[in-house]
Amino acid sequence: MNTSNTNILSALELDALTELVNLGVGRAAVNLREMVGEQVHLSVPLVKLIGRMEAAALLDQREGSKLVAVHQIFEGEITGRVLLIFPEVKSLELVRAVTGGELSLEEIIELEQEALAETGNIILNGCMATIANLLERSLKMSMPEILRGNGSDFFTLPPPPAAGDVVVFLHIDFSIKQRDIAGYIVMLMDMPSIAALHGLLEEFIARTTGSAAPPSDARH
Amino acid sequence: MSYRVLIVDDSKLARMAVAKVLRTLHPDWTQIEAVNADEALASVKTDEIDITILDFNMPGRDGLELAAELRERKPAMPVAIISANYQTEIVTRSHLTGAAFLSKPVTQEALARFLAEALVRLKAQGS
Repeated sequence: MNTSNTNILSALELDALTELVNLGVGRAAVNLREMVGEQVHLSVPLVKLIGRMEAAALLDQREGSKLVAVHQIFEGEITGRVLLIFPEVKSLELVRAVTGGELSLEEIIELEQEALAETGNIILNGCMATIANLLERSLKMSMPEILRGNGSDFFTLPPPPAAGDVVVFLHIDFSIKQRDIAGYIVMLMDMPSIAALHGLLEEFIARTTGSAAPPSDARH
Repeated sequence: MSYRVLIVDDSKLARMAVAKVLRTLHPDWTQIEAVNADEALASVKTDEIDITILDFNMPGRDGLELAAELRERKPAMPVAIISANYQTEIVTRSHLTGAAFLSKPVTQEALARFLAEALVRLKAQGS
């Protein structure tokens, strides 16, 4: 990975992105809290611009190979993928949590795929809609899709990025302590989207601080 | 008076969640479920639906398209679109179709508010 790519966002822009993610994930946590009826704990988000393989290695190192992900594509001025990832062994427990303990194990197993998709949909949309609203742009969200595998599988989904292999890796832990469930929200974008994000963050910072956005030719 | 409420969502879990809240608020009302826009339109035609609560993000026609079609067929029927995707554009477009917008996961308070307003409208129409 080209080191200069990782510096495309200034410290202030990275800080603004972290704040957007914080607000987005905060909303997602409220949604999850509403679904499971228990407090959801969030870590301070880690926002890094790293390569796909580095992101995969980071995840594999922490969690091993048997993971499940709810995956959605977002499209608009910025385009990319957002994933809710957690260990596969926790999948039934998460479904049990959101169905409120009223279902039998057989019913939970039958509902697993679509309950994971709906739970992921609510969490990921909560996060992305907040970010889109704060950036004052609209993002089209795809239907949720369930994936099983490891970090490499999730971060090398076809088609490969059209340009550049740098991704924004947003990583936040969420946990429902009473149920020993924890997971990650990860966002992947390629270089053109990161360049577009750069401009949107400048606008966001200007709106937030009341300062004028710099001319677009000064962005790079 | 008992009313007939149509719940449209491709997710069984989401339909269960709305049905549970609805049961708590109005145990005597009849609930009818549909998994997509086609089923919903067929149900509206045959089941004498009074109120429709529908998901935005569905395969095929989405909730906004369905809400617009419902508006054409039954202009006076209260409709709510529910979605976790509460982007300003979607909320605005929901309101432009004449539908209320409720965030997912739907809360008892939000659904109660929508249903109270729906009842006022239905009673004003003499339903």
